[in-house]
Amino acid sequence: MKKGYFGDFGGRFAPELLMPPLLELEEAMGRIMAGEAFQRELTELLTHFVGRPTALYHCANLSREVGFGVWLKREDLAHTGAHKINNTVGQALLAKHMGKTKLVAETGAGQHGVATATAAALLGLECIVYMGAEDVVRQAHNVQRMELLGATVRPVESGSRTLKDAINAAMRHWIAEQAATHYCLGSAVGPHPFPLLVRELQAVIGREALAQFRERTGKLPDRVVACVGGGSNAIGMFHAFVPHEQVALIGVEAAGDGSPGCCHSATLSTGTPGVLHGTMTKLLQTPEGQILPSHSLAPGLDYPGVGPEHAHLQALGRAEYVCVTDDQALAGFMRLTRSEGILPALESSHALAHVLSLSGTLPATTDVIVCLSGRGDKDLEIVRQALAKRDG
Amino acid sequence: MSTSHLTDKINQALAQGRKAVMPYLPAGYPTKDAFWKHIQDLDAAGADIIEIGVPFSDPVADGPVVEQAALHCLEQGVTLGWILEELTRRRSTIRAGIVLMGYMNPFLQYGIPKLARDAEQAGVNGLIIADLPLEENVEIRNILQKHGIALIPLVGLNSSMERLSLHAEKASGFVYFVSVMGTTGVRDALPEELREALLQARQTFSIPLALGFGLHSPTQLQGVESAVDGVVMGSALIRHLEATGKVGDFLSPWMIP
Ligand SMILES: Cc1ncc(COP(=O)(O)O)c(C=O)c1O
Repeated sequence: MKKGYFGDFGGRFAPELLMPPLLELEEAMGRIMAGEAFQRELTELLTHFVGRPTALYHCANLSREVGFGVWLKREDLAHTGAHKINNTVGQALLAKHMGKTKLVAETGAGQHGVATATAAALLGLECIVYMGAEDVVRQAHNVQRMELLGATVRPVESGSRTLKDAINAAMRHWIAEQAATHYCLGSAVGPHPFPLLVRELQAVIGREALAQFRERTGKLPDRVVACVGGGSNAIGMFHAFVPHEQVALIGVEAAGDGSPGCCHSATLSTGTPGVLHGTMTKLLQTPEGQILPSHSLAPGLDYPGVGPEHAHLQALGRAEYVCVTDDQALAGFMRLTRSEGILPALESSHALAHVLSLSGTLPATTDVIVCLSGRGDKDLEIVRQALAKRDG
Repeated sequence: MSTSHLTDKINQALAQGRKAVMPYLPAGYPTKDAFWKHIQDLDAAGADIIEIGVPFSDPVADGPVVEQAALHCLEQGVTLGWILEELTRRRSTIRAGIVLMGYMNPFLQYGIPKLARDAEQAGVNGLIIADLPLEENVEIRNILQKHGIALIPLVGLNSSMERLSLHAEKASGFVYFVSVMGTTGVRDALPEELREALLQARQTFSIPLALGFGLHSPTQLQGVESAVDGVVMGSALIRHLEATGKVGDFLSPWMIP
């Protein structure tokens, strides 16, 4: 395989001015992150700060309702309430070892911004977070959290004023400030080595899930399901299972309102290959190669690209990618809340909704693990408005 | 036309005792019709090489002025196909060398072999792809080369000697030196370390060296003149056009030694 590629996808399509910091980061991954001392330090932080291992929870009520075993990998129980913290603690630690004093990040839902601000506070790094102006409004609560943590939040007014524009802004910032700054990218996207770096840091999710499930049941699950925005919780969940061919891997994308031609975020299901944010992947784009605006009820899924490794797993047929609409996700949100007393993030609700749609179609012996990537507290306002509209 | 056409253009300017002047304008700015008139005016005003911006929705290497202009062009319905078609019709009336400057994805979707054919036919002499570093450019460079189109490298203050040398082995036309650590956009002062970096690049490349990003006045070149063969102006030209409605008079201050 070509360096930095997953099959035909990946690579490093970045301005020449970003090549030195990208090469520096790649070198640091090999020299620092691979080292025993770093790994020990990281494990320590993951255990005592993040709260790992997170629980693997068997949903007894929901399993009864759907007729097969539903399990949740509870990333919502991780510190700051989502899987994003696994990645930011790792990257912040690496940045610190690299001698960087500042982190720059982008955020959509605000979860990655909060997680970066948290890691920065812990490790004594300065933190600047770019966030689409649209998302600043949608996720006001997370903006407040970031600011309390000492981060500077910079609203991005250009383009569609969402996550993709925040990534553009963060990359521009990094070009200018690369000497002292690490770009703490929030998903398994971007130029090499980011998709690899983020996957390595998120792979803890699947490693734990596999071990926990085996310990509880003595076998492997039949299916593993995760929502796909940029694809970091999904690739983290999938990675340990990839070699186990008998485990089906299913990524769930956002289909927006589901009407034909609507704005959505179903990149792998409906996109075409192209280059965005430094990587060759599948994209929502016009035939001329302009990036289309995306949409999802879940701000964290609202991205017109996807991590290149997912495009590769799809091309290989090793993972399957399906879509769920805003309404289905909302129903999934309500169902888990009422059945199990767990408020899922709207992003995770997409993964859940897919599993619920399989109700009654799988043998009772089937076990499905869903990555519950985050908790729903951040989404209460969106949920309130959506319910009001639905019940109208 | 051979890949040295751009080199020739710059050398001709130098022979006249001045820097090559290389204005940048996004295709279709401010309107599809007015754009070609502005190109003719820039050509008549003595532009040596004209850089035509190929608009992209997510221009990471550009600052706000160029980005806004590019998004405006996309709203006008500008496509790479339109640019190449229009250019093919008008090329014989334009004296300057022509370079297309853009981002990878629109070129990729057009199809690189088709791009190389159509761009050659349209009289394009070079391509600048802002998000295509050395490591990813081999295939495209080879295809373009067969059609006599130079792939112009962008290098900067943080390009190591080693990377400069790698570029120098492959580069044709000219090398574009990014004057600042950042995106396009007007700046008052250029960084102090620029002079040394330029001199180093000067020694590494045998082809001409153009300076761009942040230029708005020839006085900015004080101290670095000897290392620079050409200058690129984008944001400043767009602002000038917005303020005055025309471009022809923009170049004259630069037509000096
Ligand atoms: C809770 C939660 N889940 C999932 C995602 C989607 O991102 P990814 O696909 O990178 O896991 C986000 C992104 O913000 C999120 O906040």
